[in-house]
Amino acid sequence: MRTLASSVLLIIVALSVAAAPALSAPPADPLNSPMWTDMVKKLLLDGPVVIDDRVKVIVPSVVENQAQVPVTADARAVDGVVKLIVFADLNPVQHILTMTPAKAAPYVAFRLKVEQATPVRAAAQTSDGVWHVGSVYLNAAGGGCSATAMARNEADWSSTVGQAQGKMWLETDGLSRARFRVRHPMDTGLAKDGTPVFIIEKLELKGASGDPLATIELHEPVGEDPTLTLLLKMAPGDASLNIEGRDNNGSIYRSKIPAPGRQSKLKASTTKEAPC
Amino acid sequence: MLSRRQATAALAASFAAPWINALQATAAPLAYTLTPEKLDEGIWVVRGVQEAITQGNGGAIANISIIDSKAGAIIIDTGPSLKYGQALSKLATTLTGKPVARVYLTHFHPDHIFGNQAFGPEVIASTQGVKDGLAKVGDGFADAMYRLAGDWMRGTELVLPRKIVDREPEDFGNRKFRPLPMRGHTGSDLVLFEEHSGFLFAGDLVFLDRAPTTPHADLERWRISLSNLGGIPHRRLIPGHGPAEDTTRGLDQTLQWLDAIEAQIKSAFDRGLDISEAIALPLPDWTSAIALSSYEYERTVMHLYPQLEAKRWPRVDQEASETK
Repeated sequence: MRTLASSVLLIIVALSVAAAPALSAPPADPLNSPMWTDMVKKLLLDGPVVIDDRVKVIVPSVVENQAQVPVTADARAVDGVVKLIVFADLNPVQHILTMTPAKAAPYVAFRLKVEQATPVRAAAQTSDGVWHVGSVYLNAAGGGCSATAMARNEADWSSTVGQAQGKMWLETDGLSRARFRVRHPMDTGLAKDGTPVFIIEKLELKGASGDPLATIELHEPVGEDPTLTLLLKMAPGDASLNIEGRDNNGSIYRSKIPAPGRQSKLKASTTKEAPC
Repeated sequence: MLSRRQATAALAASFAAPWINALQATAAPLAYTLTPEKLDEGIWVVRGVQEAITQGNGGAIANISIIDSKAGAIIIDTGPSLKYGQALSKLATTLTGKPVARVYLTHFHPDHIFGNQAFGPEVIASTQGVKDGLAKVGDGFADAMYRLAGDWMRGTELVLPRKIVDREPEDFGNRKFRPLPMRGHTGSDLVLFEEHSGFLFAGDLVFLDRAPTTPHADLERWRISLSNLGGIPHRRLIPGHGPAEDTTRGLDQTLQWLDAIEAQIKSAFDRGLDISEAIALPLPDWTSAIALSSYEYERTVMHLYPQLEAKRWPRVDQEASETK
């Protein structure tokens, strides 16, 4: 019969075995970033890490606006992705966003504020706990995180917060593509004018029936007026995509995008075109 | 936070670091070689290279014109840096044997205005729009230029024009410049028509064999300006970038480019493509003969997409549906 002590010992041994891959040194970073090991310790500690070219990060070859750099994280080539983290090693806030697909492809496109040239990485965790990491080097002048939000130059910025625009399309593979933007300053708290952090922290995407599709946790480096592209597995006949956003002041922003193919019918009754 | 210029100065000052000394010792001193191309009696253009701004070319990518007149040398645009402006001033004096009587700025982009410092601000003329634009974002342009062109920019500071021109012609004896304020490439583009030679200095409203840039463009206005330019009888057109020809190629090609990429970008947007997908689309075959076509297309996608998203997507928030 086992004593309590030996049971405890067994558990400890079991735990250390389970944790061993994560505690061992991470694989060499193809970009040779000084922050790589720290980033693994900070964000990817709960599973073994592998470098995986199937996880794509796409950034432009030239940065036009450091506060709105288009980034696409695409792990569709990896099966069984349960979580997708995007981060930038050399940004003052490194963690950019985490997408948890319930019924969605492990794919997210958005705009990034970048403070200096940095690796940008997507880490896709599969159901076996393994983190598959793809990386790209983004060359940029920087200053995007410490610049004041454009909205702060407008006296009536608060009147547009939470306004949303968007549209959906049906993909040839049956997925529903959603593209939308939500007006929000996304203040990083790092601007010279001392504006405190004011960001949308979470976007929950659901079908019209409340069917969860994806959750996105946003951090400070996501660009002002978050603009996203997602690929969702909506139930056939679902009338709309419902988006609920929450910012760190507790405000809730709700939007509803008519499902693709039903655009014309719903458009007339529930939405209006923004003035051109 | 240090600005890029301050950072560059700090780096230059830190000669204590031996590896920096080694780098400096092996680097040749930076000097622009300005080769004037004579277009007509008393009219020269210094052609910019058909490239993006790099530490290799020092930002000397735009065409700069020098015109001799009885009143003195007239210069159109001043180039990317103090060093360039100094070389340009010297060249103009050598070519004409006279001091500089007038400098015109065609628009506020950094490859056209950072040589200002080499000239007296009182001779530098621009539209009010160019002056206002520079006052607002010129320091930001300087920071960007220091990063892109590096040490070529050493000592360069923003100098604002003092003389404002509108439509009133300026007479320099045997030269008479008619300023034609337009818009489209930027919010304020100044075209200059010289009546005695029939030369039309179009600034960056016209690009030839080099893809047009669009960071401050209004494509609709730009097309109107191109149409207006086509209606001005002229002997030769000097584009902001590309060869100065007596053909309509510059006007035609600029219009064809704007039409083609705008149609491609709008189509991509309407099909729901994300920015990175739109950037990855192939360009029409004919654009392969144009320098920097992929690079400028990519930039233009990034300029136009946010505008299209703001203008074309329907409102979908709850507030919008409730107020309906």
